[in-house]
Amino acid sequence: MGTIVQFENVGLRYGMSAETLADVSFSLDGGGFYFLTGASGAGKTSLLKLLYLAQRPSRGVIRLFGEDVVTLPRKRLPGFRRRIGVVFQDFRLVPHLSAYDNIALPLRVAGMEESEIDAPVSEMLAWVGLADRSSARPATLSGGEQQRVAIARAVIGRPEILIADEPTGNVDADMAHRLLTLFEALNKLGTTLVVATHDLPLIGKIPGAQMMRLDKGRLADPTGSLRYPPKRPGSA
Amino acid sequence: MGRPRKAASATAARNRLLPEGRVAGPMPWVIAIMMFLTVLAAAGGLALNQGMLSLRSELSGRATVQIIEADAETRAQAVRKMVARLRATSGIRSVQPVDSGKLADQLRPWLGGEMDTAELPIPALIDVEFAGDGPRPVETLAKLAKSIVPQARVEPHAAFLGPLSGLVATLAGVAALLVLLMAVATGAIVVLAARGAHESHRGTIDILHLMGATDVQIARLFQRRIALDALLGGGLGLVMAVLVILLVGNRLSATGSDLLRAAYLPVWGWVVLAALPAGGVLLATLAARMTVLRALGRAL
Repeated sequence: MGTIVQFENVGLRYGMSAETLADVSFSLDGGGFYFLTGASGAGKTSLLKLLYLAQRPSRGVIRLFGEDVVTLPRKRLPGFRRRIGVVFQDFRLVPHLSAYDNIALPLRVAGMEESEIDAPVSEMLAWVGLADRSSARPATLSGGEQQRVAIARAVIGRPEILIADEPTGNVDADMAHRLLTLFEALNKLGTTLVVATHDLPLIGKIPGAQMMRLDKGRLADPTGSLRYPPKRPGSA
Repeated sequence: MGRPRKAASATAARNRLLPEGRVAGPMPWVIAIMMFLTVLAAAGGLALNQGMLSLRSELSGRATVQIIEADAETRAQAVRKMVARLRATSGIRSVQPVDSGKLADQLRPWLGGEMDTAELPIPALIDVEFAGDGPRPVETLAKLAKSIVPQARVEPHAAFLGPLSGLVATLAGVAALLVLLMAVATGAIVVLAARGAHESHRGTIDILHLMGATDVQIARLFQRRIALDALLGGGLGLVMAVLVILLVGNRLSATGSDLLRAAYLPVWGWVVLAALPAGGVLLATLAARMTVLRALGRAL
């Protein structure tokens, strides 16, 4: 698969403050597994926001699926967003909807008939081990259960890119391992994975994954080459 | 736990994307009050207009011939001559001299009971009703009456309607203005409600956007909810207003006044009143759609 994401000299500034992201350039191949790492406040979430089209950059060019999304007319954004699945750090489940309806959300937004929704949603609920919790609202689910609903919602539309922001931040080691297994399985099905994390040992558990490291809003390697294992200071 | 409502329709499922609880807010009640006042104002305007049309139709076919003659004997002869000639004239349905005793009775409150009205040169009056619904030949009647009795004058009844017609036209205009103002106020309330709803559901809207929902899809959710509020409030306002209209109509009938009873609502007037809530729903839906689309357009 060819290049699916391309950033060229991208900068992001909120209001009149200093740039949160500066001169970020990289490209991601379709079907790849990428980690985005860096200390808290390094700009990981901001970069992900640009990637899932929640934000436009202050400067630079972003190409998604071969098209420049910076100058893309607003009315064309929904079509691109439907090709991207997102697991938010805080899950962002719709509080008044059941687990079933939360997972069905992308399909309903895409205009699928109700008769075509039930089978994939049920399958997804079973896959994340929540078949018996389908009617439960987010407030009655545990953190881990909410996360699984968020993941099921992100992947049910068969996105070409799955973006996860600190997916293991709120779960125990066992759940983190299960999540990685799940991501690997999705990746093998052809989904491009972009996972933001500051959990370096986690990165080592995915053979073949590549890593980008952000430092104070800049890619630590300004050439934009992606490295695995992470290049450590002082190493050759 | 079982799976929720597998068979729910696609529309119902999509409508759940915003939290329910629409009757809990003040919107339906505010719209009910606005619709109540709108229907009353419209009913008032329509009834006045109808009353004016009825009176005009009733009076435009009538005229009074006055014979101004000081001598009672000559006056009586002139009346007999006039009545005979007019009754023989085609295009006139009826000719009825007004009883001089009735005229005297009407003057007595001003002249006092002691006054002998027979000594007064009171003009003789003859009521004339034209046949048919076509243009009334008042001018023809005036010429004819003059040719029979030179002192005769013809007063068309419709001439009395001039000032009343002006008053009714003004009141009908005020009613129309009130309906317009109510519509503007309803639109403004809906805009405020839609903005409030948009703000309070911003989290859900952001998620829907990031899932790839279009602005129109999201606006449709708000439109539906506000249309339901408007339908509920509009229906309630209409029912309350109709009850008041029926009560007032009943009281007007009880007065026995022909003038007041002429102000009734025709069938088409009721249809117009019944259509007002539908217009309100349409207005509310459009206002909600435009407001939400504008608000969504400011986000990415």
